Amino acid sequence: MTPTLGHFLTLGAMLFALAVVGIFMNRRNLIVLLMAIELMLLGVNMNFVAFSHYLGDMHGQVFVFFILTVAAAESAIGLAILVLLFRNRSNIDAESLDALRG
Amino acid sequence: MDAKTGFFYLFSVVLLYAAFRVISARNPVHAVLHLMLAFSQAAGLWLLLKAEFLAITLVLVYLGAVMVLFLFVVMMLDIDVEGMRKGFWKHFPLAATIGALIAFEMALVLMGGFRGIEEPKTVAAAVDAAGNGVVVSNAKELGKLMYTQYLYPVEIAAVILLVAMIAAIALTLRSRKDSKFINPADQIRVRAADRMKVVKMTATQQAPEPAAGQAESEEKKA
Repeated sequence: MTPTLGHFLTLGAMLFALAVVGIFMNRRNLIVLLMAIELMLLGVNMNFVAFSHYLGDMHGQVFVFFILTVAAAESAIGLAILVLLFRNRSNIDAESLDALRG
Repeated sequence: MDAKTGFFYLFSVVLLYAAFRVISARNPVHAVLHLMLAFSQAAGLWLLLKAEFLAITLVLVYLGAVMVLFLFVVMMLDIDVEGMRKGFWKHFPLAATIGALIAFEMALVLMGGFRGIEEPKTVAAAVDAAGNGVVVSNAKELGKLMYTQYLYPVEIAAVILLVAMIAAIALTLRSRKDSKFINPADQIRVRAADRMKVVKMTATQQAPEPAAGQAESEEKKA
């Protein structure tokens, strides 16, 4: 069974689903939440690259490039916020972040 | 089953295993290391898809920079792992059900919906004057697109990175109250007059008048 476009898209979908499960199960651990978001972005990028290859269109790869840029910026700021949070509360439990009573 | 198929399944299986370990690892350092494994497998898959530049970018930027940043932060923080995992298995049945449902439905649609596309199209059908196909480099094609059609988005991406850098530094910067330091701006702005103050006074000081009684007694001694 040679890999087709469907195989790669299914792989991306499975990655995305795994990341969703990760967000469900690690609701308290902020750093694992950030990692699950990275996994989701990886699944999305997989779709872009697969489409780019199978449809013969380079624009998908340019888009992946921009997603990588924004994801790097997002994780840098996310980790900075995490460090700040740890400094102020000395834990990173997402359940204890209820100062706004949301 | 050729080599490409074999590599596809190998990379996919390792990628999904690593992704599962990321979300289920007890130790956050193990989670980060498995995330690195997952990204490296994804880079291998992108090489199979002939996206060489992006695959190398993924290795350099993600494995080299972002994951090291994650590792630094994980090791810097003192995380209460056991407290964090309270309710981990309580949510598991619901989460697994939803995840399996998402994956199953997406697989159903995606495997069925793209049945017509089996063979990859060649990128941008490069043909030279004699009508022969030309081998195009992925990085070259990507560079051409990025620096012509996508020039402004590239510049905006650069600005986003700059903003992210400044934001991250500004968020984590703190000035310690107890540190002894010299303000360089004040140091440069200082003038000679601030350093030394000339006090005008007479060159010699008047000797104090001896008390009268004391002077008389001294005369008697003499």
